[in-house]
Amino acid sequence: MLEINNLHARVEEKEILKGLNLSIKPGEVHAIMGPNGSGKSTLSNVIAGREGYEVTEGSVLFDGKNLLDLEPEIRACEGIFLGFQYPVEIPGVSNMTLLKAAINARRKHQGETEIAPNDFLAWVRDRAKLVKIDPKMLSRGVNEGFSGGEKKRNEILQMLVLQPRLMILDETDSGLDIDALKIVADGINALRGPTRATVLVTHYQRLLDYVQPDYVHVLARGRIVKSGGPELAKELEEKGYGWLEAA
Amino acid sequence: MIRLMNEPTFDLNQGPATTMAANPQTSAAANVRDVTAMVASRKLYSAGFITDIEADKVAPGLSEDVIRLISAKKEEPEWLLNFRLKAYRRWLTMTEPEWAHVDYQKVDYQSISYYSQPKSMKDGPQTLADVDPKLLETYRKLGIPLREQEMLAGVQNVAVDVVFDSVSVGTTFKKKLLEAGVIFCPLSEAVKSHPELVQKYLGSVVPFADNFFAALNTAVFTEGSFVYIPKGVRCPMELSTYFRINERNTGQFERTLIIAAEGSHVSYLEGCTAPQRDENQLHAAVVELVALDDAEIKYSTVQNWYPGDENGKGGIYNFVTKRGDCRGARSKISWTQVETGSAITWKYPSCILRGDDSVGEFYSVALTNHRQQADTGTKMIHIGKRTKSTIVSKGIAAGRGQQSYRGLVRVLESAEGARNYTQCDSLLIGDQCGAHTFPYTEVRNPTATLEHEATTSKIADDQLFYCRARGIGEEEAVSMIVNGFCKDVFKELPMEFAVEAQKLLAVSLEGAVG
Repeated sequence: MLEINNLHARVEEKEILKGLNLSIKPGEVHAIMGPNGSGKSTLSNVIAGREGYEVTEGSVLFDGKNLLDLEPEIRACEGIFLGFQYPVEIPGVSNMTLLKAAINARRKHQGETEIAPNDFLAWVRDRAKLVKIDPKMLSRGVNEGFSGGEKKRNEILQMLVLQPRLMILDETDSGLDIDALKIVADGINALRGPTRATVLVTHYQRLLDYVQPDYVHVLARGRIVKSGGPELAKELEEKGYGWLEAA
Repeated sequence: MIRLMNEPTFDLNQGPATTMAANPQTSAAANVRDVTAMVASRKLYSAGFITDIEADKVAPGLSEDVIRLISAKKEEPEWLLNFRLKAYRRWLTMTEPEWAHVDYQKVDYQSISYYSQPKSMKDGPQTLADVDPKLLETYRKLGIPLREQEMLAGVQNVAVDVVFDSVSVGTTFKKKLLEAGVIFCPLSEAVKSHPELVQKYLGSVVPFADNFFAALNTAVFTEGSFVYIPKGVRCPMELSTYFRINERNTGQFERTLIIAAEGSHVSYLEGCTAPQRDENQLHAAVVELVALDDAEIKYSTVQNWYPGDENGKGGIYNFVTKRGDCRGARSKISWTQVETGSAITWKYPSCILRGDDSVGEFYSVALTNHRQQADTGTKMIHIGKRTKSTIVSKGIAAGRGQQSYRGLVRVLESAEGARNYTQCDSLLIGDQCGAHTFPYTEVRNPTATLEHEATTSKIADDQLFYCRARGIGEEEAVSMIVNGFCKDVFKELPMEFAVEAQKLLAVSLEGAVG
């Protein structure tokens, strides 16, 4: 599904990713862990297509298509979802407005007609229940005045509503209390299935207690320095990253 | 000696007074324009069609003779002619204001024709069935299906008085309104049918020598609407006038007068479009509102005059004086405007809060893209005790657009306990536009409370990327974010107008990013 080969990327002249390789198949959950500044967020942003991240070498293929040629909105319509580390506020634009525009953009991309208002409402409300978001919050501005935990739950809601095929969650677990963490994990698990894949970008083992990854990778100095199963995360929790960074 | 175009005499009933309207698509300027650039840039102004209709038109130029001719054509009483002449003589001594933050080539007032009337309207249509089908087609293109409106009377509940150049061609629902005692008709008709009301109130809010453009309007105004809501009546429907400048080289000088008697209530909608032309056109309107004791007037405008092309060629000069007088105690006047069109906007809908406990409101969204310039805002003059005013202004500048908010809050000595709240936000899109704020306050009573909040922000790349990462294209994302920014104002608009306003913003913003 996603094939990353020898990816080099820089931000403002500074090379952050230095030859990263990663292969993700449908149905898999990958955790990418690593110390601060190792390039985790850069990887997320490069996949989603954020401006200011320049790929200097390598390739990223999604279903065989060169992802780097596509505008961010096209990548999203193709089924890629980035859960933001710091979701922005968009005052005056309601969550419903954003969700509807997003759903219809994707439907248009796939040659479908716009969603019927009633179907849309029911679809969103059902998913809001899963992440314990009050329907009243849906008519408020996007993330406007939301707490840190509410913003992260809102990201998961958007993900549930849009049903992407590849989910990249950039430190979605950071700053969450245990209850919110469970809700977020439930949301992620709800979308787990043979046709979808998930990339969890995280600092901590904590989230992985609730979302069991198939693979764990350690990102350091711009490349993946070690890969393993879930047991690797536990090892990292005990030993830290020092022993890998030195290697 | 005044001459009608192609006509040797004043006699309107003889000779083919024909002015052919040219098709802009075939004009030299359009031909040389690079087609691909045109496609890549903003979509063609969707209201930019020209109706090919014969018109009676006075030769360009302004003099006392022209004013006498206009007055005679409209069969006006002596007092009105004198009112015009007085204004004209004062206007000659006035100079065009230069304090606004706008830069434009001055108007040659002698090159404008001050009267244009579709020829077939000469005798005036008695019913809509008499209206030239081409005119109706124009309105249909503009999205005001008069016929359907009348048929759907019970459903739509909007009465429309349409001004086509200088003559009002059709007034719907007049009867239904009359049953409620509401008078809603062209101003020229009101001069004949209700002279006492017109004489009493015309010029009582905006004096004939108020300012350069108001004096000009007073001298040459040709059409507009008149509304009178009697005591205690809640107007049964929203009243609406669509203005449209069609004839080349004609200015439009409409004059609107709305009077809400004691305890009455009216909501009035005004929408404006003009065809796309290479030359600039002048629009100098005057709107006067009078609210007596406990009366309420809500005046909403969606202005989409042709803004000129992306290089600043053509477009309407919108130099308008709008003022409401809260003459009675506990009266309320509320202005809501969405200004997306015009090359130059010079406009300050204001409230004189004369009655004790009266309330004035101004909600504004103004957008300038490409080379558009807008200097707009309001004046709130607090005279009565415990008068209250609210100002919410949202300015959006994109392309090389220049956007200025200019607002005055004046609290006189008599205005014990007056309150004002001003919120003034600017949003910038791109790095070649400008937003400016010129707030003035004059407070002569120490018990007054004034609050002022102002922000200037840019559409953040973060917000754009967030929307795009959800699959929403860049242009749609910008329009969504801008609509969010304007929400506080849009919620003041009547429902159907709010939808129109949102669409307009989206069209006006096309090509603003990327």
